[in-house]
Parts: sequence; C-alpha cells; structure tokens
Amino acid sequence: MSELLDVRVASVRQLTPLVREFTFEAVSGDLPGFSAGSHVQVHMPGTGRPLCNAYSLLSDPQQRQHYRIAVRLQEQSRGGSRFMHEQVKEGDVLRLSPPANLFAPHSRAGHHLMIAGGIGITPFMAYIAALEQRGGSMELHYAYRSGLTDTYLEELAARLGAALHPYDGRAGQRLDIHQVLSDQPLGTHVYICGPDSLISDVCQTADALGWPAERIHWEAFAAPEPGEPFVAELADGRTLAVPGDYSLLEALEQAGVPVPNLCRGGVCGQCMTPYSAGEVDHRDLYLSDSERADHLMPCVSRGKGGCTVKLAL
Amino acid sequence: MSSMLAQALPADLPPLAAIKPRTLSLDSIKPIETYRDDFTYRNSAGAIARFPFPFPEDNYMYSVNIEPATVGPAGSIFEHWFDVDEHYRSEMAERALVLARDPRRCMVMPHMQEAAWDTLEMLMEHLATDYPALFSLHREGNHWHWQNRVLELDQHFTFGDASTLPCEPLEYITRQAQGDFAVLDQRDGDLYMDAGIVTCPADWSLAFDAGMSFKQWHAPVPMAHQMGVFDRALKYLMNIQVGKPVRRLNWTLTINPRMDTSPETFHEWGHERGQVTADNVGQLVHLRVELQFMPRLPRSNALLFGIRTYLISFDELVSQPRWACRLHRVLRDLPPQLIEYKGLSRYHSTIVEWLSQFDPEA
Repeated sequence: MSELLDVRVASVRQLTPLVREFTFEAVSGDLPGFSAGSHVQVHMPGTGRPLCNAYSLLSDPQQRQHYRIAVRLQEQSRGGSRFMHEQVKEGDVLRLSPPANLFAPHSRAGHHLMIAGGIGITPFMAYIAALEQRGGSMELHYAYRSGLTDTYLEELAARLGAALHPYDGRAGQRLDIHQVLSDQPLGTHVYICGPDSLISDVCQTADALGWPAERIHWEAFAAPEPGEPFVAELADGRTLAVPGDYSLLEALEQAGVPVPNLCRGGVCGQCMTPYSAGEVDHRDLYLSDSERADHLMPCVSRGKGGCTVKLAL
Repeated sequence: MSSMLAQALPADLPPLAAIKPRTLSLDSIKPIETYRDDFTYRNSAGAIARFPFPFPEDNYMYSVNIEPATVGPAGSIFEHWFDVDEHYRSEMAERALVLARDPRRCMVMPHMQEAAWDTLEMLMEHLATDYPALFSLHREGNHWHWQNRVLELDQHFTFGDASTLPCEPLEYITRQAQGDFAVLDQRDGDLYMDAGIVTCPADWSLAFDAGMSFKQWHAPVPMAHQMGVFDRALKYLMNIQVGKPVRRLNWTLTINPRMDTSPETFHEWGHERGQVTADNVGQLVHLRVELQFMPRLPRSNALLFGIRTYLISFDELVSQPRWACRLHRVLRDLPPQLIEYKGLSRYHSTIVEWLSQFDPEA
C-alpha cells in the first residue's frame, strides 16, 4: 500500500496485563480525519517479515490531534501483538495505512445496540463519542474478564450510566444474548465486535428472532490463521514457497508483488485475486461460492496441503 | 494515407505543451457572463486548451471508466481536487439565480448534517491551500475564519454550529465552489443520495432522486445495467478510502451554454433542441463534459460526488482539429439508444453532417 502515514508514538499505557494502549501523533502536518468504526493497519518494521495488523481507532473522531488504539497480547501471536507490546516505545515512529471504515454506525438506526467481547470494545469507544455528539440513542453490553480485558470500564460507566451493561466472566456473569435481542425497540441496529464465537452466537440468535440481516453488523479482525505450507505460481512463471505461518498476501508482499488490501482479514474484498489452478482453502467472508471457483482472497485463504496455486498476478 | 492519419490521432487530452501552468489571481477570473437569456458565456484560448475532451478513442461505449484521481499536470483541470477557473464568478452568480427561484435544489436530510460539515471542511481546506490568492482559512479549535476574496466574503464561524453561518453549511460552501455536489450516505452495502446541491445538472433532479439508492438513480441509463457496469462501479465506490479519491469523465451535448438543464426547467430549454440548423451548429451546440470527482468524507464516512461541468461551443472546439475529427466519428457511430438517452435525436444528423467537414476521411 502506498501513501502510508508516518506517526510518532506519543504515549503508551499498560491498561491491563494483556492490553496496551498507544497514542499516535503526526510526524508532520495533520492526521487525516476518520469516522467511528474506522481502523488503521500498523506496519511493524524489524520483525524480519512483512507484518501488518489492523486495529480499530478508539479515539474521539472529533479529536484532530491524535489517533489511539489498544492492542491485546494474543497468546498465539504470529508476532504482531507481541511486537506492539514488547518493542514499541514512546517516541518511536511507525507507519500506518490511512483510516478505512468497514464497520460504520448505521445513519438511520433508531437505536444502537453495541455488544463487545474483550478487546472488541475498541471500535465502540469511537462510536460512543460520535453518538454522544449526534445525540444518538445507544446501549452497550460488554463481556470481559476483570483485571485482564476490562479495558476502559470505569470511563464507560461514567459516560454511559445505565446504558452500560457489564458482564464479568470471572465472576460468572453471563450475557444473555436472547434476552438482550428480544427486548429492543423497532429500528434498532446491533453491532458486534469480539471473538468469532460471540459474533456467530449473536448473529444466529438475531436471525432466529427474525431480525433482518441489514440490521446486524459485526467486525472480526482476527489475524490470518496459520496452515500448511504451499506453493504459489505467478503469471510470469515465478514460484513462491508460502510457509505455514505466512499468509499468501504476506508472501506476495515479501516477493515484491503488492496487492491492494484494506482489512487483511477476509472481509473487505480489496485483495480478491484470480487463480486458475490449485485446491484452495477459502477462509474469507466476502466471495460468493461462484466467485470462489476462480478467485481467492490471499489475506486469509491458502492452498491446501502443499499444492500449487496458479495466480493471475 | 488517411487510415494512417486515423491511427495517429492523439488521446483524450491536448498536448501537454498547450496547457500552461497558471497562478490564479483575482484578475484571472472573468467578470460575470451569463448561462441564460443572452448567453454571454465564452471560453478564452487558455480555457479551451485545458478543456477535458473526453474521448480517448474514435468510438464511445460505456465502461467503468473510474480511475484514481492522481494529481495531474500543472494548469490542467486535474491539478487540484477542486478546479477553479475563469468562470468562477459567472457560475456562482448562476447558482444564486437558480437557488433564488428554486430552494429545493439544495437538500440535506437530518442524518447528513455531519457530512455537510465534512464537505465544508474539505472544500475550505483545499480551496485555501490550492488558491491562496483567492481563499484563506484560519482555524483555532472550532473557531474558524474564512475569506473568499473573489466574492468578497469574510466569515467568522464556529465549526459544527450552523447558527453561526448565514445558511446551512453545505449550501454555504457550495455557493462558493464550482460544480454540483451530491453527498451519498453509505449504508446497507449501498449508497444513498441523501444530501446535495444541484443547480447545473445534465437533465436530472436532486428532488426526484433524493433518498434513492445508487442503482435506483441510475435506472434510466440504457445498456449499462446489462453490462454489469453499475454492480462493479458500486463496489468500487464503496471502497474509496480517506485521501484516495477517484474520478471519471462523463459527457453529453447541450444547446446554448446553459448550465441549468434540469427537468424542473425543461419548459425553458427543451424546445431549443429544435432550433439547430446547419448554419448555427457552431454557436448553438455545446459539448458538455462532467468531471466527476469522488472523495471519502473522513468524519462522516459519506461519499462526496462532485460533478464539475465544462461547456465548450462547437465553434470553440473545432479550433482543435483533432478534437473535431474525433468528435465527428464518435457522434456518427453512437448507438441509437445513447442518441435517444442523451436527447440528441432531433439534431443528431445535422451536427454529424456539420462535423464531417473536419474529418479528412469523411
């Protein structure tokens, strides 16, 4: 991706043993504006491989001076969250992609129902700021583990009052999805950010209760899962060995074959690439079954068990 | 020989040497000319040289001709995000006339107020940076000071507080920016025309299209739906990122240099299509080119759809022989559905015959 933003790390805060917060400011000029729900990709240098993770911007979109993100240390990190936690210090300069938004609050919603699991709280911090500004009706259901992923809980309690519904997993408090979804005014839109299991539980429950798909929004920015090594063959005949812990997109970038991308998580559709041979393990949430016959999303999808995938690149 | 000539015809833009870098000053902008009644609008030689002739080939068919809006050569219409030219005063005077007669040409639905401020911010920032002799912007927090030296405006206001401006923010800033602007809300995997100001449309109406989805407002366009043009265009537009605008050119023909060819005023201009004769083609018929420019509005996530219109009379256009030759071939071979859709039926044969004198192969 071209036109990256150079930012300086203005401050780092350890919010819990698992979550670090980073505030970025522009090295020169102004940071581009962003809307609630936007994310940036953080490019991580010096990791010996192309590494770049997407993080939601959690600061107030009206705030023009800085961007803020929070990063949860992943137990099975491929290197990204560990790099952010162990290497990045105040004063460092990092490069970001410009903000992109694949998870905007719906402009016509009568009521905004936010459901966050753990670090999935981050986009909703910007939502809440934007909705306060607009006078939008909202409530937040926040499932966390106290002392580990209960990020921003005090601030949220102060801002939202009775509109905050906290669920501490360590204290055995459970989010009753069915109850929450059953008891909503007409015109409510629900937004989910958190682990895949939370997203699928809410989506299935909402569907069973007759919610129209247009009123259910979710964001899962999981990093690509590792898999088997395989081989990618380019249109010019070059072949790339893709290691098990590399995505195809990363292998292409390392080989100097950049592919446009926004989310690196199989959602946005930007990196859609035609292929003509090879058995593909499709892991995206974007392509239709018919498109999968000859297109793949290299940010998450891979060749099956050592096969060679022939790309039209 | 003649077929060699055809192959050697140049692409869409005139040779770059013809476009001169320019520094716009107050003196670069003409006194007010008219787009109605006595039609005193004319292009200078410099304006003709930078006219966006839209045909890269000798024939024309729809395509998804959207491209990244990269910065173009100095002096060209692609140099800045928002092009200001010698017609600025005239176009703003025309907009004021249209709005005085029909306030419904500007519309901002309640959920689009943030996008209206976004548009104001984007236009003010770019105009002040790109044309420092004409505009300036000073900001301290939400206290903003805007100066427009062409229209002699000096405005202190509070960003985000519409009561500190003389009118609604989208209308305020687009009364000072050439071209029409639609502001599209992005939701439900679609784009909706929920705000805009449209005083110089090529036969479409904001009041009619208000609230429509992307495919709904394109429904009248022939052929392109079957070609899948709109499916691909919509996907592309929804992925536009902050700071990475895209653009395309569109075209039609207009009788007289009339900016406001809207359905609302059809009774004033529709009959002029019957006035074209072999003797008046050069003065009466104008090529109308739209530079459509689409940036993401950063704080609202809405998409701005700018439609900057350029008009050139056939007499002015044929001063560039290669344009005249190519326009002859394009219009001669235009599919019948497009002749009908663009409203050319009544005078199509007359102009093709007239243009044939500029085509060595005709």
